[in-house]
Parts: sequence; C-alpha cells; structure tokens
Amino acid sequence: MIRLLGLLFVLGPLAAQAGACLVRGTGDLGVVIERSAGSLLVVDRTARRQLFRVSGLGDVSHASVVYSPDERYAFVFGRDGGLTKVDLLCGAVVKRIVQAGNSVGGAISQDGRLVAVSNYEPGGVRVFDAATLGPVADLPAIGADGRRSKVVGLVDAPGDRFVYSLFDAGEIRIADFTEGGKPKIQIIRNVGRQPYDALITPDGRYYIAGLFGEDGLALVDLWHPERGARRILDGYGRGEKKLPVYKMPHLEGWAVAGDQAFLPAVGHHEVLVVDMNTWREKARIAVAGQPVFVEARPDGRQIWVNFAIPDNGKVQVIDAETLRVIKTLEPGRAILHMEFAPRGEAVWLSARDDNRVAVYDTESLKVLATLEAIKPSGIFFTWRAHRIGL
Amino acid sequence: MRWDWRGLIAGGLLVAGGAAAEPDPVRQAELLNLLEQDCGACHGLTRKGGLGPSLLPEALADKTDAALLATILDGRPGTAMGPWRPMLTEGEARWLVEQLRKGPQR
Ligand code: HEC
Repeated sequence: MIRLLGLLFVLGPLAAQAGACLVRGTGDLGVVIERSAGSLLVVDRTARRQLFRVSGLGDVSHASVVYSPDERYAFVFGRDGGLTKVDLLCGAVVKRIVQAGNSVGGAISQDGRLVAVSNYEPGGVRVFDAATLGPVADLPAIGADGRRSKVVGLVDAPGDRFVYSLFDAGEIRIADFTEGGKPKIQIIRNVGRQPYDALITPDGRYYIAGLFGEDGLALVDLWHPERGARRILDGYGRGEKKLPVYKMPHLEGWAVAGDQAFLPAVGHHEVLVVDMNTWREKARIAVAGQPVFVEARPDGRQIWVNFAIPDNGKVQVIDAETLRVIKTLEPGRAILHMEFAPRGEAVWLSARDDNRVAVYDTESLKVLATLEAIKPSGIFFTWRAHRIGL
Repeated sequence: MRWDWRGLIAGGLLVAGGAAAEPDPVRQAELLNLLEQDCGACHGLTRKGGLGPSLLPEALADKTDAALLATILDGRPGTAMGPWRPMLTEGEARWLVEQLRKGPQR
C-alpha cells in the first residue's frame, strides 16, 4: 500500500497533464494494462517512459486491446464486459460502455469500422460501430445442443469477417459483414472439445483453435471454409501424463516464424513446432513450465516463451533455427505478457508482482530500462493496428 | 494476564491441529494476491466468474467447506480446475475457503 501511494505521488504531476493533448505521431506508442487498478499507462516505446495514466476502465484482468487504423485510439476489452475507447494523444477515455456481464477479448474489422467483443456471459459476440460504440449486431452463441456457449478466440479476417470459437459447443463460426449490419454466419461444427483460444496466421488465411479438452488443434482454411475444420497435431501428448494447467495458454498469430508455427502444448511442458507446409509436427521443445505465450521475434529468429504459475518468474528464449532453448531469464515475479517492438530489437515484459515493466534488448538479452506500473499485465503497441488478427 | 494469553494460543493450536494452522500474516498477503490474481485469471479478479464459475459467497452457499477444500487441493479432472496441492498446504487452502466465504474485502 505504501509502495502504491508512493507510486501515485510520483505520477501525480504526469497524470495532471491529462487535460492537454500531445501533438506528435503515435507509431511508437502503446499501452500497458494495470489489471488491479482498472487503469492503463500510455507509453512511449522510443523514450521508454510513461506518458499518461488513464483510469476508470473497470475490471481489466485479462484485458486485451486493438487499435484504430490511424493508431490514435485504443479499444480496451475488460473482463466485466466493458468496452472503452481511449485517446492515446490526450490520455483520456473517449467513451465507455458495458456491453455484457463477462467478456474476454475483441477484434477490429479489416476496414476499422466495426469493433467486436466476445462474451462469456451471456455467451456470444456483440459488434459495435468503432466511431460511436453504438450497437451494430448481436450474435448469440447457441450451440447445436440449444445451449449458450462461452465465446473465445475472436479475430478479424480478410473480407470484413470475424472468426470465433464456441468453448462449450466445440464450434467455429465465421461472421461476414460485407453487407453491413446483417452478417452472414457460417457454422463449422464438431471441431473438437473445448476450443480455448485461437490464432489467425499473419496472412489471414488459416484459423487455428487450440483444444483444451483433447490433445490437438482445429485448423480452418479461410480461403475454403466450406471444407470445414481439419484436426492437426492430433494426440500430441499421447502416452504422456497430462500435467495440470494453472493458466490457460494463449494463441496469437505471431507464433509463426517462416514456415514454422510455435504453439503451446496444453498440459505438457513443451512448445510444439508445426511445419506449415504439411501441418505436421516437426519437433517438440522441452521448456521450463506450462507455456502461456509463445511469441516469435518479428524477424522470426527467436521464440520467447512465458509460463503459468509456479514457473511464471521465468522466460525462455528459443533459437528458431536449432530449436534449442538458448537462455532462461528471470525478469521478475509473475511475468504475464511480452510485446516486441515491431522490428524486434526490444521486447517489453510485464512483471505483475514486482509492479514494473522490464524492457530487454533481444540480442544482448540485457535489461535496457524498467518502468513502474501497478500490477501490469497486457502490453499492446500501436503497430498492431496494421496486423491481421491483432 | 500473560499466562491466559498463552493458554489461548495453545488451545487454538490444538483445535486447528498442526498442518492446518493459520498462515502467518506475510503468507496471508501472498495468498490473497494468489486468490485475486492467479485464481482470478479464471474466476475473475472480483470472483464474479470467467472461464471458471463465480466464487462469490452466494454462488458457493450450497457447497460444503469440505467440497470446496477438495476442489482447491485436488482440482476437478477433465476441467480447467487444476490441483493446487503442489502450491498450497491444507491449512492454506482452508484459509482460502474462509476468504471465499467472506467475499472480496474491497
Ligand atoms: C485455469 C483456470 C482456473 C484457475 C487458475 C483456477 N480455477 Fe477454480 N475452477 C476452474 C473451473 C473451470 C472450475 C469449474 C470446474 C467444473 O466444471 O466442475 C473451477 C471450480 C472451482 C471451485 C468449485 C466451485 C463450485 O461452484 O463448485 C472452486 C472452489 C475453485 N475453483 C477455486 C479456485 C481457487 C481457490 C483457485 C486458485 C488457487 C482456482 N480455483 C484457480 C478454473 C480455474
């Protein structure tokens, strides 16, 4: 508490500037979510410092962020169903709505006009106008059994589509918004048990959902959705004892490096390497714990991995060529997220239980800077504005 | 006066019984952080639920302490609820059940 007060005191003068907007570019900005405080920091990636703290975001545990095409506005998806539009240049909330009881992620459409939120409670997807946050469409997730399902793995795809998975019903759905507010919805059933998250490859062609209920992943070719879902890495942990999973892994498109994809195994302390030409398993890399995020440095040469509790004080770096762990770092307590600079020279890591963010040089693997933050979790840089699926 | 006070502690220990002793204040703070942050990753920071169900007192009203304790220590096979025994003693898990019964304190 004393530490928290001290932090607030130091940051007081900065926060007070919130009225005055900055005149500058936003290409090297980003946000750091402060999950317990219901706030975020607007950060400058080049100066490695904080510009603003923006509060009043509600419950932002498990929050994620997407950006407007002009990289000025961040849309923050909170756990409590809140959708908040934040102006990075003014450090201020432009608009906030609470659109459901419990939500988990969001996406922005290809043209930047629509923002979609995936909800646990009530299960479904709600779509809003990115300019006004006015409602556009409501897509309840009712599975074949007639029950409402939690929605996970929501991403944008080319052709003004949103793709998402139904955790309880084991379905993947594609909502096509080319005709505006009345989307055409395509349903792919029986993709596997309990899809828990999904990624879309950086080219926007393949949607891959990880399965919690079985060892394997479901793959949909978005050029040919009519072909349905195909199972890949089926039974990858067969014969091995399944270990408990204390935090659900995440899947994001940046796990792709060249023609290899790096994915977290579920219930195994391994990173799976998939050959993207054949979609077959190429290797498995033993790592320090249950992987949570597996991220390729933008040039594809290194893969960085963080872990679930009790191994969440470690981060491992894998060489994408030899598929070996080249370094185990201990950047702080409870490393929740990692975000690369768009050209990969630096990576930012959030150390939740140390109340700070550490910036690492990805070549020397040394700390370049640290920033104070209250229980930091997700870090999101504005370059995401121009990436399919982020 | 002093003698009485010690007697009370000894009595408390007897009732609570070795392994189930209350965690000390430092550990309590760690456990509260674990409950909010790490359990919160699935059950929500405010325990309202997420991937896992709500852990608010109303939601748990019809569950016994023993059932909650067993779920925390041994998990629920086939679901995302893992066994926390490797990270928690029985006394610590019991203390967490008490915190769940009390509800979030802020
Ligand atoms: C990885 C996700 C995850 C984490 C982390 C997690 N839980 Fe759970 N928990 C679940 C799920 C899912 C269920 C429901 C299981 C089922 O379907 O029976 C559950 C059920 C429970 C229940 C039973 C609730 C009821 O209504 O019977 C309790 C109590 C509980 N969890 C406590 C905890 C505590 C305490 C922690 C932290 C030490 C924790 N959980 C961490 C996912 C999680």
